[in-house]
Amino acid sequence: MKTLVLCISVLALVVGFSLGADAADSTGDSSLVVDGSTTVGPIAKAFAEYYMERNPGVNITVSESGSGNGAKSLINSTCDVADMSRFMKDSEFKAAADKGVMPVAHVVALDGIAVIVHPSNPVKALTVEQVRDIYTGTITNWKQVGGPNKAIVVCSRDTNSGTYETFEKLVMNKEKMGSGTEYYGSNGAVHKKVSTTVTAIGYVGLGFVDRKVKGLEINGIAPNPETVKSGKYQIARPLFMFTNGYPSMGTHLYAFVTLYLTRQGQEIIKTIGFVPVTNYGEDEEKESIWSELRLQKLEPNTPAGTAFR
Amino acid sequence: MTAISAVAVLFIVAFILKDALPFFRLRGVAEFFGSLRWYPSGEPAEFGALALFVGSGLVTLGAIVVAVPLGVAASLCLSDVLPFTLRQIVKPIIEVLAAIPSVAYGFFALVVFAPLLQRQGGHLLSVASWVIGLPLLALVVLVASDLFAARWPERARVPVRLLAFVVLGACSVWGLMQLGRACEQIEIPSGTNALNVSIILGIMALPTIVSVSEDALQAVGRELREGSYALGATRAETLTKVIIPAARSGIFAGVILGIMRALGETMVVWMASGNAAKIPSPWYDLTQPVRTLTATIAGDMGEAEQVTGAARYHVLFALALCLLIFALLANLASEWIVRRARARLKGS
Repeated sequence: MKTLVLCISVLALVVGFSLGADAADSTGDSSLVVDGSTTVGPIAKAFAEYYMERNPGVNITVSESGSGNGAKSLINSTCDVADMSRFMKDSEFKAAADKGVMPVAHVVALDGIAVIVHPSNPVKALTVEQVRDIYTGTITNWKQVGGPNKAIVVCSRDTNSGTYETFEKLVMNKEKMGSGTEYYGSNGAVHKKVSTTVTAIGYVGLGFVDRKVKGLEINGIAPNPETVKSGKYQIARPLFMFTNGYPSMGTHLYAFVTLYLTRQGQEIIKTIGFVPVTNYGEDEEKESIWSELRLQKLEPNTPAGTAFR
Repeated sequence: MTAISAVAVLFIVAFILKDALPFFRLRGVAEFFGSLRWYPSGEPAEFGALALFVGSGLVTLGAIVVAVPLGVAASLCLSDVLPFTLRQIVKPIIEVLAAIPSVAYGFFALVVFAPLLQRQGGHLLSVASWVIGLPLLALVVLVASDLFAARWPERARVPVRLLAFVVLGACSVWGLMQLGRACEQIEIPSGTNALNVSIILGIMALPTIVSVSEDALQAVGRELREGSYALGATRAETLTKVIIPAARSGIFAGVILGIMRALGETMVVWMASGNAAKIPSPWYDLTQPVRTLTATIAGDMGEAEQVTGAARYHVLFALALCLLIFALLANLASEWIVRRARARLKGS
């Protein structure tokens, strides 16, 4: 097995190097391979579409196989960009360093995880504690949280998804999910399940909330781009693209992973339903954020922003 | 060619063993086979796979209940009952079922069938109980009243048979009505459950069972059939007493293949079984979600740290090893039964 893995990774390394060499040559025909999170996938796909349209001859393939697989691919040099909806783990960094790969994070967008229910459900708001109790199986009936007398169908993402890990970190507080929890392989599947099941509760990326499901207020804050950007909405996280080292300026890889900094990139991210990091054309909002920052600087007791992880 | 495929199988077994054994070395055997707590990503991780075995077993059992009677009946119908022209149309239609990709079945199960079960579950179950129960009971009642009448003297037989038929028929219709009413009461809170997957897997296993057992029935040949007819046997007698016994081993092989298809199926189960790692209570309650071995392997592969090679990675190979052993056992059993049946046919 080990020799096989070695063979494959050596092969992948060679392929990776040749791809890297291609990417460096910005005039020639070149290709980028993007792999990873199903949450970040739509952004990468939209970016790829946009970029390929403007740069004929560039070929960008985007696969969605989960954050863990993305990291794995980057570590094995089988992809140029790893989409991840969580930060890299210590073990992944270690494995990468062992193979001579230096992961560099680019935060391309912000994502709130919305806790969703069927639109006909009268429950409008829950606290983080209530959501946790529902997922651990302590609360099993909607009437315990002010709803009808119906058993709750608890739906989660599969344990291999970045969305699951973020939810586990931000909501579950190291407690384990109840054994009756149903697991689904994608945001779309959870959305489908909740939109067709009156008594279900689930969680998806903010981009997957539409009229068919209802996003609950968490601790009194509704999930929307504004509350996510301001940090008021609790279940939110940055979305990452990882590259091996910072890409050389002028390469297609560089242009691709910095697309989120442009106005077009911001528009793309907004259209898909995520929250962009930049805010071109929102001068008023910019002004208010600046004043808030200034206010924070004036108050010495305000805690400095806590790092994600 | 045979050598290549044999070597391939051997390599698969060897590789799975190689990656599965470290798990048992790391965590032992007792937790894996004895515990119900499946938290591979938890801190600390727990690897109790008992619920997964039960889930796989339950779903396979459900698929057998759906597919085997239907599949065997369909193959009998195809080979000996339907006229030739109709058979030419029906057989390809059944075989098309095998050509549908499993993800399409899964999508159907998740998007169409699960909501239907939630909204109309009780109603559907009661209709199903009528559709299945009525012909079955009619047959049983007919045979039973015949047997009952045979004990009476010649003259009384006709009225006795009629009387028995009416009484038994009324009883079974009443029973069916009770069953139907009970089914109507069942409420299915979540449509992604063992029942949903069992039915879909049953449908997926159908073409395998039908085509293999139909081939076996065809292979029985004209001589036996015509011999039987020449002795004055009716078509039903020929079917039950000559053709089915002669084709028994082939039918059995088809059934085993169908079961293996249901046990090994991943996509449908992953999408539509709910994947909740617990044993339903009571265990036969198919309307609760279950988690199977195959879906667990597929669902956890992405995060299982191949690079660092932790227990979480090796446990999936342990699951795969168990699946492989089940498949091997089933194959051996079918081989043994087929051989025994063949020997008996030759002997008699």
